[in-house]
Amino acid sequence: MRKDSIVAVCEGNAEHFNVIRRGLFRAGMHNEVVHFSDAGQTLDYLFEMRNGEGTAGESRKCILLLDVGVDRMNGLGALEKIKCDDILSKIPVIILTVVDDVSLIEQCHELGCSTYVVKPAQARAFEDAVRRIGLFLSVVELASIE
Amino acid sequence: MVILIAEDNAGHFQLIRKNLWLTCVDKDIVQFTNGQDVLDFLFNAQTKGHSSDGKEYVLLLDIRMPKVDGLEVLRKIKADKLLRKIPVIMLTTTSEADMVKQCYELGCSYYVVKPVDYHRFMAAVQNLGAFLSLEAMRVPCVSGGG
Repeated sequence: MRKDSIVAVCEGNAEHFNVIRRGLFRAGMHNEVVHFSDAGQTLDYLFEMRNGEGTAGESRKCILLLDVGVDRMNGLGALEKIKCDDILSKIPVIILTVVDDVSLIEQCHELGCSTYVVKPAQARAFEDAVRRIGLFLSVVELASIE
Repeated sequence: MVILIAEDNAGHFQLIRKNLWLTCVDKDIVQFTNGQDVLDFLFNAQTKGHSSDGKEYVLLLDIRMPKVDGLEVLRKIKADKLLRKIPVIMLTTTSEADMVKQCYELGCSYYVVKPVDYHRFMAAVQNLGAFLSLEAMRVPCVSGGG
């Protein structure tokens, strides 16, 4: 993942977002991290990026960490909208959620998520899980959203 | 979780297996040296109830392979109603932007370019292994009643 790629994080819990940011930083990721507290804002941002407008700037490469726990319907709806769009579907979506449920895991993979991760209850374990996600993302190549 | 590796280069396979093993010691690893064999395995697994005990797979997929190339393997897996849930990570020397784009369009989860440098290759696979061995990661079963 090149340094100009963007990490978009849709996370309703401010403390969880801080843990995610720390974990990514500990993985040595210095990419721009943009935070949204709900799925609607996230979709607005991604569609602006897709259309080359708004605040996304020059970079058109992006990965999304998406919480589907608190607002399940909106989270799944966002995943579906992204994966049904010819252009946005190229964005890898990592589900980060407190929900450890077989049917939700199936559903998210059927819709096309790249990975489903259950947030560990302990903050330190959660941060370490994000650090390992970040280390892996550092070797991932992304496709441009255009 | 079973890690399937479709890789025709014996040297690359040894490097991948060795470095995955360092981080994923509890995972089974199965090698395929061409695209047809991996398709036979997965489609047989699906139709003959090979995976009726609920096997979870992740596929590491090279692109340039004999018989059937990685792109065609990805296309066939992602066109299948049950197999499409399998996370497919492209692991290839090919770094052309068009190929990256095509693989994401077909539905790969991630695209990783094998570093030419030996030590960077090892480090990349170890990052991948640390990611795949995340206890919090959930992968769907492919049996689905098949």
